[in-house]
Amino acid sequence: MSDHHSPEAPLASKAARANALRAALDEKNLIPKDYIENFAHVAENDWKPQNGAHVVAKAWTDPAFRERLLKDATAACAELGYGGPQGEYIVALVDTPQLHHVIVCTLCSCTAWPILGLPPDWYKSFEYRSRVVRESRSLLREMGLDLPESVEIRVVDTTAETRFLVLPLRPQGTKGWSEDQLAALVSKNVLIGVALPKID
Amino acid sequence: MDGVHDLGGVNGFGVVRPEPNEPVFHESWEPIGYALIFVGAGELKAFTIDELRHAIERMDPRHYLTSSYYERIVTGVAALFVEKGYITHETLEAKAGGRFPLALPVTPGERARDESLDLQPGDAVAVRSGHFRGHARMPRYVRGKRGTILHRTTHAFPFAGSAGHGIEAKLEPTYHVKFEAKDLWSDAADNSSVVVDLWESYLEKI
Repeated sequence: MSDHHSPEAPLASKAARANALRAALDEKNLIPKDYIENFAHVAENDWKPQNGAHVVAKAWTDPAFRERLLKDATAACAELGYGGPQGEYIVALVDTPQLHHVIVCTLCSCTAWPILGLPPDWYKSFEYRSRVVRESRSLLREMGLDLPESVEIRVVDTTAETRFLVLPLRPQGTKGWSEDQLAALVSKNVLIGVALPKID
Repeated sequence: MDGVHDLGGVNGFGVVRPEPNEPVFHESWEPIGYALIFVGAGELKAFTIDELRHAIERMDPRHYLTSSYYERIVTGVAALFVEKGYITHETLEAKAGGRFPLALPVTPGERARDESLDLQPGDAVAVRSGHFRGHARMPRYVRGKRGTILHRTTHAFPFAGSAGHGIEAKLEPTYHVKFEAKDLWSDAADNSSVVVDLWESYLEKI
């Protein structure tokens, strides 16, 4: 340990540490060419909440797909072309007029990347991770979702390998809407369960 | 382990502040740690994702609580590449030009229970009450608590207590177990429940 910087030495910046790790591995030829750039490209372009929104809108409009989604969401998502890391075992959480689901990962920040996208910062915050399991109703209210006391709030903690998406109720007043129109109502926050799909 | 990462139900944290139109990454270094998880766990098979989670849990608690999410990822990935002998801490600090804190030493892993329980949706179960110093995907807020199984996974997954330490891991189904929130905290939200996804070895029949 004597070669290490002493505890009084200044902490290297986050960027410097990340770049140092990359450089140290690169020096040993351990990182395949363009690996990090390709990863960032996929994370920024392929894993997105529009995928989950597509799944939800299809479940709202196609009863046979909805049935398949409830039975095996991993296969149903794969049907639409969505799968990959952190999407290997997916379960859809079905809201009803009496039951609302909301997702968290209290131990780290697990999320269904291929259908929700990488989780937003607030989802990874200590505030959300600590509070939502215990004070779901008041926290959701703070975040703009005021649910009647008669609706059970079921908080789902992503503690193993299942990844979740919330299947919310289809909003009233959307009869005859196309799948695309419906999908536009479903945001990342809706898929996590901290918001409901709303018609303007 | 009963670490600071095990945050469910901890009091004292304030308001959740969503950022409108949040980008996927805020700074250009942020994808590095994530991509290197896949180099380490995928390309090189140097460690498992469970070991990464545990490496982050092994960060000094003061560091954990004052670091950003992607900083914790970089720290955990770096710690594992050092522990597995691919690179040295000295190299990292020389290249970073300052201190590069990693993780505290790993302790022994845990084997899954030999006996398999044939649990099914609708069954009442108790979460085991024992403590374990290493990696556990069993939040302390359910320790010893009773709940009801909603779902049994159709796949089996390597038991996290072993996989988090890089030792051979028994494949077990996990169970989505529903707890009444009031059974976990007397002051929990009215009419609310919490579902936790638990490996079979964390559960007992009642």
